[in-house]
Amino acid sequence: MRRCLLTLVLWLPLAAMAGEAKPLAQDPVLEQRMIRLSEDLRCLVCQNESLAGSHADLAEDLRQEIREQLRAGKSDEQVIAYLTQRYGDFVLYKPPLKPLTWLLWFGPFALLAGAAGGFYVYFKRRGERLAGESLSDEEKRRVAALLDDGGSVS
Amino acid sequence: MKRFLIPLAVFIILVGFLAVGLKLDPHEVPSPLIGKPAPAFSLPVLADPAGRFGPTQMRGKVWLLNVWASWCASCREEHETLLDLAQRAIVPVYGMDYKDRPADAEAWLNRLGNPYAATVVDRDGRVGIDFGVYGVPETYVIDKAGVIRYKLTGPLTRENLEDKILPLVRELKK
Repeated sequence: MRRCLLTLVLWLPLAAMAGEAKPLAQDPVLEQRMIRLSEDLRCLVCQNESLAGSHADLAEDLRQEIREQLRAGKSDEQVIAYLTQRYGDFVLYKPPLKPLTWLLWFGPFALLAGAAGGFYVYFKRRGERLAGESLSDEEKRRVAALLDDGGSVS
Repeated sequence: MKRFLIPLAVFIILVGFLAVGLKLDPHEVPSPLIGKPAPAFSLPVLADPAGRFGPTQMRGKVWLLNVWASWCASCREEHETLLDLAQRAIVPVYGMDYKDRPADAEAWLNRLGNPYAATVVDRDGRVGIDFGVYGVPETYVIDKAGVIRYKLTGPLTRENLEDKILPLVRELKK
């Protein structure tokens, strides 16, 4: 009898742990969706962390909010719209393409194109300049002497 | 000589960008709610079990909504400025006690003085989320039509009050 009771008591903490982990086990599919969504969202408090990885109070609240909205049948887009309406595009790690973000999205390509154009013009001019130059008689003699000299050494 | 001018110009432009970047505060996130109606809410009033307050009650008035909490250190910092503002009676200031124990909030106001026309209790931070609150204290300027016109994240100071908030309030009151 006593042993039985002891076993029962020893089992108690396990039961408690199972209780705590419940929210995740309750609906693993939903939890996965929530985590996948919040990995692409920025935590406003600690800005280099995603909503999924942050321990900030607000991040926890927002994860709970996302969870509830998903449970209520909202789509991923609706949840993201909910958050951007309140916190702005800043919460998105992947900013949307719109006139305000054109510089952000296309700026690097514009820079690359500008640099490529600059190089093209530079080398073209350089080529033209070099092609236009010719050697003087004195220089031609030095070239010939150097070539001859090199020939005899090797 | 001329060939150095272009790299120099590029360098100066780069330094210009970096200098501006240094002065930007990454914690100041522009709120998408500016120019939009303040989110509707009806929350219990602190220390008044029967009372409820919401933005609809303030239609036709310019007012400030100050989000604070007794656990927030910067709120302590701005409290003097708020008390001073309340005394001058230029604009009504309503408080929103964000994710706080009402008893703690009451004790805080009793100890330090109460600058608020009324304080509502946002116990679970739900309304805070609707307002896009991410760092208390935050202060919102709301106009007669109930539209948010300005948001300050961080403590109120004499400077940002005199330079930004009060001129805007005067303008909106006209």
